[in-house]
Amino acid sequence: MLELLGNNSWVVDKVLVATWETIYMVLISTVLSYLFGLPLGIILVTTAKNHIMENKGLNRVLGSIVNAARSIPFIIFLILLIPLTRFVVGTPIGTVASIVPLTIAAIPFVARMVETSLKEIEWGLVEAAVSMGANNSQVVSKVLLPEAMPSLLLGIAITAINLVGYSAMAGIVGGGGLGTLAYYYGYQRYEDTVMWITVIVLIILVQGVQMLGDNLAGKIANKRR
Amino acid sequence: MIEIKNLSKIYATAGQQVLALDDVSLAVKKGEVFGIIGLSGAGKSTLIRCINMLEKPTQGSITVDGREITSLGMGELRFARQKIGMIFQQFNLLSSRTVFDNVMFPLEIAQVPRAEANKRVQELLELVGLTDKAGMHPGQLSGGQKQRVGIARALANGPKLLLSDEATSALDPQTTRSILKLLKDINRQLNLTILLITHDMNVIKEVCDRVAVISNSRIVEIGDVLDVFSNPQTSTSRSFVNAVINHEVPAELLHSSTERNGETTTRLIRVSFIGASAGQPLISSMVRRYNVDVNIIYGNIDRIKDTPFGNLTLEIIGHPQLLQEAFDYLRGQGLEIEVLTNA
Repeated sequence: MLELLGNNSWVVDKVLVATWETIYMVLISTVLSYLFGLPLGIILVTTAKNHIMENKGLNRVLGSIVNAARSIPFIIFLILLIPLTRFVVGTPIGTVASIVPLTIAAIPFVARMVETSLKEIEWGLVEAAVSMGANNSQVVSKVLLPEAMPSLLLGIAITAINLVGYSAMAGIVGGGGLGTLAYYYGYQRYEDTVMWITVIVLIILVQGVQMLGDNLAGKIANKRR
Repeated sequence: MIEIKNLSKIYATAGQQVLALDDVSLAVKKGEVFGIIGLSGAGKSTLIRCINMLEKPTQGSITVDGREITSLGMGELRFARQKIGMIFQQFNLLSSRTVFDNVMFPLEIAQVPRAEANKRVQELLELVGLTDKAGMHPGQLSGGQKQRVGIARALANGPKLLLSDEATSALDPQTTRSILKLLKDINRQLNLTILLITHDMNVIKEVCDRVAVISNSRIVEIGDVLDVFSNPQTSTSRSFVNAVINHEVPAELLHSSTERNGETTTRLIRVSFIGASAGQPLISSMVRRYNVDVNIIYGNIDRIKDTPFGNLTLEIIGHPQLLQEAFDYLRGQGLEIEVLTNA
């Protein structure tokens, strides 16, 4: 790869900086989207019919909002959220600014991922806890979340991988990271090398995240077997 | 301990109403093992789940240990549930926790101080014989061991009542017996009232003091297990009893036993004996006293909870007058005689 770069060592610097920016955006927006998406997913599960906090109205309203948000393409989200981003960060351009649309786009996705994971838990376990006198928060914190942990971890990996892709898209409109690099040098200046290096780095990032997720989830699942 | 009055439960699903319990009334005494038997869909599962309000009754009231469960607020109900243990057919252990932490679970819910809870878990694991498995996860245990963890967990908060929802139905016969023995032991040691539901008459026979037979959402028979076994009153009860003890006599036998031959008569009788008389040689003394011949067609001796319970189908041949006296003699000794042929 170094041979390929020849005397273009400036590319290495650019790629390293852009990689760090991408990791930073993805990391922060994954954490923030779980901060909001996890409770939302829990509410979606527990307010469903016959669950511990059955609430048809709330469930339907939240479900509709999540569906609506998920049906907006990310590139549209980016543009729609410019006023909000400007309000929160001060500017709609740059790495930090990208975190706002990335997080908001990921929240409904995270909510559905969490919902799917928690729905897999056998109802008998919830019932056993209820029969012992557990309250709702105990059912969530002592039964639903720990039992679903391997599946939740895989969900985090999938979310982070999605965010890597989204962050590249944000890069095209000045979001920084590998997306910006690929767009400016690869697309606008016809630097094929930069384009290919970016692609390779993205592949490595995605592989890394998936392996980490598989590994953690597998370890926990193994211990329980 | 439990007082169920006029309990009804209707499930409303997609415009259709299903009556799961129809005006059920029942009382379970303190310290007894009470069994409810019925086929699947009879309503027994709904009934037991109403007792800790996992199902909300449509009508009627349930009182457990003097408190009307059906009228408690949510907070009071949670507190009451801590004193009602429950075990399940599918065990329902948390795979995320070790055996030790599974037993710890209800103590966490009840917010028992850590040190006290640790000690309690140790005691319970000892009680169910799983001290050496404390660090294992449920996935590494056999079905019987899982149910032992379930029992230890159900006993953690010192309940006065244990509900058993088909707890042995997923276990093989040998494991079932060992779990039932454990239930019998804790019933005695802790003076714990146990209400269990099952579709297996063997379970009733092994551990229960009293039994209720449920059929089509109603209780059709209720009584001491010995009485129901020796003299079932309804066809549902009879079919359950027959699954364990053969009560039917083949028609060919009934027919061949009605022949008369000169001075002697042949009669087919069934003798049932319960308890002490099962140990005495009453049949042979009858043969000697009244000079009758006995042909044993079918015999069975069993144990209902701790009482020996026997059943003998005999062909008795002798002088009609002496036969009558022989029957009276057996009845006088406390045996139940049923004459199956009346030639």
